[in-house]
Amino acid sequence: MRLVRFLPAVLVLAVALLPLAVPWLKIILTVALAKGLAVLGVVVLLRAGQVSFGHAMFFAASAYSAAFLMQGFGGMDLAVLLLAGTVCSGAMGAVIGLFVVRYRYIFFGMLNLAFSMVLYALLEKMFHVTGGSDGMAVGRPTYFGFELARTAFETALFYTSLVLAGAACWCVHRFLRSPLGEALSAIRTNETRLEYLGISARRVLLIAYVLSAALAGLGGTVIAVNQGVVTPDLGYWIRSGEFVFIAILGGAGNVLGAFAGALVYELVRFYAAAMAADVWQMILGFVLLGIILFASRGFVGLYQDLVAVAAPGRPGRERGRKR
Amino acid sequence: MDPILLVLATLDGIAYAALVFLVAVGLTLIFGVMRILNVAHGGFYAIGAYAAASLVLSVSGADLNPWLTFPALLVAAGAVGAVLGLVIERGLLRHIYAKGEVLQLLVTFAAFMILEDVQRLVWGVQPYAATDPVRLLGTVEVMGIPYNAYQIILLPAIALLVLVGLRWFLRHTLSGKVITAVTEDRETAITVGIDARRVFTITFVIGAILASLGGALASPTTAIQLGLGAEMIVLSFAVVATAGLGQVEGAALAALLIGLGRSFAVYLVPELDVLIPYMIMVLVLLVRPQGLFAVAEKRRI
Repeated sequence: MRLVRFLPAVLVLAVALLPLAVPWLKIILTVALAKGLAVLGVVVLLRAGQVSFGHAMFFAASAYSAAFLMQGFGGMDLAVLLLAGTVCSGAMGAVIGLFVVRYRYIFFGMLNLAFSMVLYALLEKMFHVTGGSDGMAVGRPTYFGFELARTAFETALFYTSLVLAGAACWCVHRFLRSPLGEALSAIRTNETRLEYLGISARRVLLIAYVLSAALAGLGGTVIAVNQGVVTPDLGYWIRSGEFVFIAILGGAGNVLGAFAGALVYELVRFYAAAMAADVWQMILGFVLLGIILFASRGFVGLYQDLVAVAAPGRPGRERGRKR
Repeated sequence: MDPILLVLATLDGIAYAALVFLVAVGLTLIFGVMRILNVAHGGFYAIGAYAAASLVLSVSGADLNPWLTFPALLVAAGAVGAVLGLVIERGLLRHIYAKGEVLQLLVTFAAFMILEDVQRLVWGVQPYAATDPVRLLGTVEVMGIPYNAYQIILLPAIALLVLVGLRWFLRHTLSGKVITAVTEDRETAITVGIDARRVFTITFVIGAILASLGGALASPTTAIQLGLGAEMIVLSFAVVATAGLGQVEGAALAALLIGLGRSFAVYLVPELDVLIPYMIMVLVLLVRPQGLFAVAEKRRI
């Protein structure tokens, strides 16, 4: 059963071809990819053993920056929006990061939550600037200089997101393998020894924090353009909780797991949320508990087990288990 | 600033601080003993508020003495706190004491998400208001300004009672001393024969009851709606972090500081009232990363 080893590649191909067969799935898949980018940001921080309950603030910040740019200039190019959104949330990440990287675990998680609650309250309160809870409309930007019709733009946006997701995966993968990324894991395992090596843990974490904020920002721009409207809900704690949930679901600390988790989550949500709107968060809560208590390696863990069963003797299982 | 506004802002701040203190002190007590930050605490607060509002409304709806609404508040708080506290500690936290800090945080976060939908299922999405207790107590004049007695006399009195009571309990009763011992040094406490698991259960239930008491007492003066719990957990965390995690008396002072800061902001810079508590917290943490009253821990290698 060597086929199992090609499972990830097959899945990527399936996602890329799916919209050709089922056109209306495009929007949902784009949302999943956008969230996957934000989840990737959470995953970067999880590598250092830190969990942020406020990452939706970067998601919302870049979405609003897209809305402001579109409104202020009466139209803009997608490339500019993506770049501006990423830079904007990266910069915000640098400022907030300067403060939060001084803390670990409980404080790190809760301070992020506090900042995101502040942004949410501001977005809702500054009615004249942000439109309050009604939010702002985001028109359709030009696509790298071309004016596209609605369906064509949606298709273009989906494939752009797919490319962005692939690029982000590769970059984060390289980052985590670099000396800086290894130092990041060392924050989780033994921060004091890391400092004895002469490496500043705060600096390492700050760089990772800016990267993760920028990733969330990239996702936020995509979702703003995809939905055509931004609301403060993009930055609500429930959204941040969703990102953490997906990161754990996909397999904490795994790059591909972020997108696998986001796709499964978004598809299930699409079908199940209508039936169970009132208990959706409850279901998430119970699934989260189930994963933490019984399958702490998420989808990626399941896949690694599958590989190990299919090809005994390969190191897949051991590598997954070792922490 | 207009002197009348000054008095009003001070009174608002004290009333608000009393409520926040009740929630924050439970949070800090649980953290001190169990080293777990209980995010589900916000859920206890919100469900305490909903349950109290329902009970008060049914008491005022029935042909009963309206003063029975006061014991109704307490009964609702006690029942909610005891049931939820026991269920979550016994059913959930017990299994994760050996796991890492992040996983513990995630587990209480998951519990919080579940409790949020419990509110939606039981009480629906419409806001509740049960104002009978406030009307019954009438108003008092403070420096020439009429203010409702519920908020300015009853709430601070209960908060003070809880503070003094908790201090007395922790320092002068055997159970309290046992809890303090586990807080100070868990390993030694277990070695001398203290049943840490029982201490955990007792502490968690006390903390849960305090949170739902805060919710129940808030119910007559706030519109109770979804999202209440999230706001309160973040705000009470700000209080607890400002004071230093695990500091009971410090939490009272920090609650007062943040309550006053917020109410003055409401009158002076209304756009920023949500920001002030967190700005206070950030300023304090920049100067004293461990909080105002906590002693920095030594690093272990």
